[in-house]
Amino acid sequence: MNFMTEAMAQAAFWIVVGLTLAGAVIAVFPRNIVYNVLGLVLALTGVAGLYVFLGSMFIGLMQLLIYVGAICVAIVFAIMLSRPLHLEVPQRKLPKVLLAAMASCLFAIALIGVSLRTAWKPAAERGTDWSVATIGELLLTRYDLVFEVISLVLLVAILGAIVTAGFSRRLTS
Amino acid sequence: MNTLSTYLIIAALLFGLGLLGVLQRRNLIGMLISIELMLNGANINFMAFNRFLAPEPAVGQIITLFVMGLAAAEAAIGLSIILALFRKFRSINVERAQQMRG
Repeated sequence: MNFMTEAMAQAAFWIVVGLTLAGAVIAVFPRNIVYNVLGLVLALTGVAGLYVFLGSMFIGLMQLLIYVGAICVAIVFAIMLSRPLHLEVPQRKLPKVLLAAMASCLFAIALIGVSLRTAWKPAAERGTDWSVATIGELLLTRYDLVFEVISLVLLVAILGAIVTAGFSRRLTS
Repeated sequence: MNTLSTYLIIAALLFGLGLLGVLQRRNLIGMLISIELMLNGANINFMAFNRFLAPEPAVGQIITLFVMGLAAAEAAIGLSIILALFRKFRSINVERAQQMRG
């Protein structure tokens, strides 16, 4: 019985990993922008599943709420507001595509090499307090300055978005 | 399956795909989508180190939350800039925006 649940958890893990990577591939390669957004939704949902496997249900739900619920919907709105967006852009020249592929492959291989060759050592004593209450308490005590600054950044970003999008409409029409 | 290097490899692959998208796409919204992928790769790294190495499990989750908040701000301001560019040039090809350089 125990073996069965173990095998099922393993299968679920690899399915989630496959969904994440497939979503990332769909988000980058097709030339139709709507497919890209749907691939992004798939990849972000897979990442939320990975967070659950990493032991944090809370961050997984936050990922679904913020990324899939807010950012992806905002991107879909932007696509709908700029209509001829899904028209084809002329193809990039082949040498540029090759250079980009080589650069990113090199970067990913270097990252994987570093992470495999380093001997990671866990901290000497590790806490076991995974509760959301601790996160909230730390947010309001030790990290309160960062918390406030991020609130300010969000406020400025929202005002800036309204001003940028609104003023340009007034100027053109 | 549930080891640190598995998660690090997944994060590196996501980051590499996002980097490829940023370098190769010419659609501005496509570039924004790729940037979101790169941020998610970094977030997976934070959460994996938090799960396997860190002394306090709350800190990595808090940093991940901060990155998500900044990503939301970045998406809002980026999309509004893209809309303003679109109204000006009637296109969201990056190379059209070259005429803005000084």
